[in-house]
Amino acid sequence: MSDTHTHSGPPPLHGVMAEFKTADELIAATRAARLAGYTRMDGFSPYPVGEVADELGFPRSEIGAIMFIGGLCGATMGFLMQTWVSVIDYPISIGGKPFWSWPQYVPVSWALLVLSASLCGLFGLLALCGLPQPYHPVFNVDRFTRATRDRFFLLIEAVDPQFDPAKAKEFLASLHPDDVAEVPE
Amino acid sequence: MASASAPTIERPPQPPIDGSYHHPEELLTAAHSTATIGDKIADVVLAQPHPKAWWFFFGIGLALLSAFGLGLIWLFYMGVGVWGINQPVAWGLAIVNFVWWIGIGHAGTLISAILLLLHQKWRTSINRFAETMTLFAVMCAGVFPLIHMGRVWLGYWLFPFPNNMAVWPQFRSPLAWDVFAVSTYLTVSIVFWYVGLIPDMAFLRDAARNKWQRWVYGLLCLGWRGSAFHWRRYEKLYLLLAGLGTPLVFSVHTIVSFDFAVSIVPLWHATIFPPFFVAGAIFSGFAMVVWLAVPLRHLYGMKDMITDRHMELCGRVMIATGLLVSWGYTLELWMAWYSHSKYEWDTTYQRIWASPYWWSYWCLILTNTILPQLLWIKRVRMNELALFLIAGSVHIGMWFERYVIVITLTRDHLPGAWGRYAPTIWDYAVMFGSVGLFMTLFCLFLRVLPMISITEIREFLPFGQGGRDGHACMENAK
Repeated sequence: MSDTHTHSGPPPLHGVMAEFKTADELIAATRAARLAGYTRMDGFSPYPVGEVADELGFPRSEIGAIMFIGGLCGATMGFLMQTWVSVIDYPISIGGKPFWSWPQYVPVSWALLVLSASLCGLFGLLALCGLPQPYHPVFNVDRFTRATRDRFFLLIEAVDPQFDPAKAKEFLASLHPDDVAEVPE
Repeated sequence: MASASAPTIERPPQPPIDGSYHHPEELLTAAHSTATIGDKIADVVLAQPHPKAWWFFFGIGLALLSAFGLGLIWLFYMGVGVWGINQPVAWGLAIVNFVWWIGIGHAGTLISAILLLLHQKWRTSINRFAETMTLFAVMCAGVFPLIHMGRVWLGYWLFPFPNNMAVWPQFRSPLAWDVFAVSTYLTVSIVFWYVGLIPDMAFLRDAARNKWQRWVYGLLCLGWRGSAFHWRRYEKLYLLLAGLGTPLVFSVHTIVSFDFAVSIVPLWHATIFPPFFVAGAIFSGFAMVVWLAVPLRHLYGMKDMITDRHMELCGRVMIATGLLVSWGYTLELWMAWYSHSKYEWDTTYQRIWASPYWWSYWCLILTNTILPQLLWIKRVRMNELALFLIAGSVHIGMWFERYVIVITLTRDHLPGAWGRYAPTIWDYAVMFGSVGLFMTLFCLFLRVLPMISITEIREFLPFGQGGRDGHACMENAK
């Protein structure tokens, strides 16, 4: 806390951000930034633009694997649970069927497959994206409220190995953005 | 830390709906941009310009909901004896209503999931309120088996959990499958709906008019900021949920039909039941979509996004699924005759002619098979009032379909086992009350959440208007 009173220099930067009007401009800018050697970037858009993620070097998400494993676990556990209940712990004769009448365990196993795959997907998304996260430095930029409205933003993060505030701003300005802003930490 | 002095953002005027704009597929009737889409849909929630008719519908909903509450209190106090159920008709209206509601609940996921996988752009305008309809319809449906058990407070016995009675559910019964199918369906529908809402609520946060709105939507959107990394995962999740939701819709109503089909009652014990039930579910679900879309178009001026073309497509789905359902009725008759099973044939004879409930079968045929044929005519499909009335006919018809199935129990093979079934006022209180529950919840939803998906409409906008001309879900989801 005392630091805020004595600190006299500029606030530490999270990165530098440029604002674009269209998704295509953002895609082109991201590509240009990647070709210029920047590696720690992020793009923001009001709706999904897959090409931006491609340019950012994130061609494939982890969600598919998570949901596959989640679904498999759910179905297996469901099937074993029914087997254990109906064969071992509480065997009752129903219409003379065998205790291990496995085709009849399929509906519940299937429901549990879908249930656990979906929940794993949801919580996987939140965990991987670090959500919920009400505060993030990008929200410090006033114009960033338009990222959910009609504008597209490219952020070059300060953790990028070749990050230099002045050079990064100059580079972003060369991409014909609407606005370039510093993102305070 | 959102700055209190955020710059005021210029709000472009709403484009007029005057026929001057032409969308190549007629799925939009105003020259919207991403900003005007957001403002139009979000203003319903943020500025609350609610039409007087909202109070009218909310009032009716609340009144019926009170009947529901009263009906439940009396039911819980007295037991299921207050209903008209007895032997031989032990299932009665509770099951009729359960299946009716769960059927309605299927169109939401159908629109969201199947039409997404099929690249149908027209799903975009109607998927949000259809999903919401699904949630509330499944909630209404879930009430009925629960209260039909008699002792609702023991409802948790349906789930497998270690207990000191040392008993477990009977996993070879479709009724136990139902518990899993319906609760999974409700949960997955909520997940799908909420995931779709996250970016919309982030927009509501950023467009908020006051501190409270920014707070509440800021919390609900979990701090969504539209990062490209997040979108990639989001799209994959959305696509996979659609992929899982599609077979889920089919399996849920299949399992509901197993409640009947796995028994050995004549005309219930039929392999036609699962596909026939699923088709009926989609049929009634689209009828409900029409019933919701019409007031939204007029009272909230959403004709620019829910266009005549959308209504016509709903009509087309209704005629297609209606024919499947009618095919089911025909096959039931055919199999009863062709099988040479005298039990099947006699039950059919009782159902359509000899029993005191013969009229309900013909009511069903009239409202579900005959009247919807009008949808073949394009003028009828394009006429909102006609479409609305036919959808109403389908609601009645689908209700009677389940009534006819349940009432079959009144005629057994021994005349000594014959009986009558008459619902009491308490049956009707809960039945119409559940409609009140649905209406109340839906009216409240309109006030607090965007009724049309802002994000998806934006992506669907043509390139020149700031969008991507449809969903690239398959391409983006990796």
